[in-house]
Amino acid sequence: MDKFETHTGVGVPLRRSNVDTDQIIPAEYLKRVTRTGFEDGLFAAWRKDESFVLNNPVYAAGSVLVAGPDFGTGSSREHAVWALMNYGFRVVVSSRFADIFRGNSGKAGLLTAIVSQDNVELIWKFLDNNPGAEITVDLLARTVQAGEIVAPFDIDDYTRWRLLEGLDDIGLTLRHEEEVTEFEKTRPSHKPVTTLT
Amino acid sequence: MSGTLAEKVWDAHVVRRAEGEPDLLYIDLHLLHEVTSPQAFDGLRLAGRPVRRPDLTLATEDHNVPTTPGPITDPVSKIQVDTLRRNCEEFGLRLYPMGDVDQGIVHVVGPQLGLTQPGMTVVCGDSHTSTHGAFGALALGIGTSEVEHVLATQTLSLRPFRTLAVNVVGHLHEGVTAKDIVLAVIAKIGTGGGQGYVIEYRGEAIEALSMEARMTVCNMSIEAGARAGMIAPDQTTFDYLKGRQHAPQGADWDAAVAEWTALRTDDDAEFDEQVELDASDLTPFVTWGTNPGQGLPLADSVPDPESFADESDRMSAANALAYMDLEPGTRLRDISIDTVFVGSCTNGRIEDLRAAAAVVKGHQVAESVRMLVVPGSARVRLQAEAEGLDAVFIAAGAEWRLPGCSMCLGMNPDTLSPGERSASTSNRNFEGRQGKGGRTHLVSPLVAAATAIRGTLSSPADLAGLGTSSATQEA
Repeated sequence: MDKFETHTGVGVPLRRSNVDTDQIIPAEYLKRVTRTGFEDGLFAAWRKDESFVLNNPVYAAGSVLVAGPDFGTGSSREHAVWALMNYGFRVVVSSRFADIFRGNSGKAGLLTAIVSQDNVELIWKFLDNNPGAEITVDLLARTVQAGEIVAPFDIDDYTRWRLLEGLDDIGLTLRHEEEVTEFEKTRPSHKPVTTLT
Repeated sequence: MSGTLAEKVWDAHVVRRAEGEPDLLYIDLHLLHEVTSPQAFDGLRLAGRPVRRPDLTLATEDHNVPTTPGPITDPVSKIQVDTLRRNCEEFGLRLYPMGDVDQGIVHVVGPQLGLTQPGMTVVCGDSHTSTHGAFGALALGIGTSEVEHVLATQTLSLRPFRTLAVNVVGHLHEGVTAKDIVLAVIAKIGTGGGQGYVIEYRGEAIEALSMEARMTVCNMSIEAGARAGMIAPDQTTFDYLKGRQHAPQGADWDAAVAEWTALRTDDDAEFDEQVELDASDLTPFVTWGTNPGQGLPLADSVPDPESFADESDRMSAANALAYMDLEPGTRLRDISIDTVFVGSCTNGRIEDLRAAAAVVKGHQVAESVRMLVVPGSARVRLQAEAEGLDAVFIAAGAEWRLPGCSMCLGMNPDTLSPGERSASTSNRNFEGRQGKGGRTHLVSPLVAAATAIRGTLSSPADLAGLGTSSATQEA
């Protein structure tokens, strides 16, 4: 995973709440067996509508998505994170993220910045007045800066540290392999195994 | 020290706890399917890592499989399923492939085999893993990076959850089911209402539910945004498990039951939040919108977006009505349906099929409607056929299919066409979920069956004038 400290890129206003992962990437696009190539499926249904924000050339280079509350609800598909990243997004800003989506993002290197809805509205207004403007997301300072607006954002310390360091979770856990082995010795014998008995 | 059920299961699985780090939890059972696993196996190969515990891992094919006889014809779907087969062979994992008697939807298969047991931690790269919480297991849907993590380490790093008690008091009226309970819960607390929480469903209405009905409730916890849903194990749970293939036997059974009996929220334990619902107030529930929280009693009408106090709810309702092609004020009972789907990990078990069959028996599916009945697993299908349910459905004009995820999501040949409208016993009414441009109303198996006959959203009570049916169902 690449290290993430700050990112500056074109902000894209997505004025919708409850953006579920079926909207981010519909099921028919989930059949690939790689982590790449999902950009075509990103918001596939909405992109057929000419007025959809990503069809506006001003946002062609968009990399910071600013969305309504409850972003990423529904299916656990990490493909939603890959689709956003494959398309070029590095950050999603919202006042509330679904738990699994937020977890998946942290693992894959997409920053989910929790900003109050009042500040999301201010950023939307700023982007309406300055289409194509860049937004700076500073993970060290935990701020989203859009023009004169400097909005603080929440992220848990552990995810922040992993993103800043670009650390691989499995490698971190395997440092404690002995503890896993010790724990396994204490498991009751009646717990099931999947092999045939 | 007192604690809630969720906290007890959690604490029993902590491998490592350190300041400033999430807890590292041991995972008792890891279920896999073809959609969310290929990239995880790739990761293992790249790093040269084996699967730590193949004996705690089980795979099945469900999302892509066609429900009509014959091989997968979509080449991309076929690659995904073939990839799972290759990966399971390479890493030495048990797989129940298409055609196997134990194949089926992953969340139907685990409980059916007796692999899902109280007090376990269960994960799967699938948000409806919450289903397994019906046994008093802590069951979490995870993403593909986490699938890889569990394959490699049999553990998961998890931040503690908050706890939410959903108390369902009173008793359900006849014709009102577990599906109606959970749709009503989601409508009450919203699709984000459970965010950050593990829900524990409690109260006499929950205790009265069968295991399969409890699975229906826990299955949709994720639609309220919760990471998991749980129900304390009791005699109903033990009776369901006893004698199943992977259930403990002999002295192990006694030891297990003693341990499981202690898995209850202590009387003096505190939940972070509580919600109460009276089951006796409930009537059949249906959704009108494009998220599972947008639901109402069947007797109501399509709401006016302007009636919502919250700006984002207003916007969301207006978008939903535009997508669903519905006008405010239309009686829900007047909405015409093209397709009825009975199946999925929410409502594809034998009791669901029995309930639907009891309603359609002696009736004909309306001419304008196609009805698909898709058992959740091969064993459910065999059981249904042994009971003659297939004949009831076929005689009524419904299609009797092979097991799989089917029309719950558009990854296999069973999809809605653009503009088509369904009454579906599945779990998500998101835009395009059942096929591009398709419109979904979430319903119980009883409502699905009655709707198939009348052609508009209906409950079995609406069939009274139509003749012979007498619908009964285990709650």
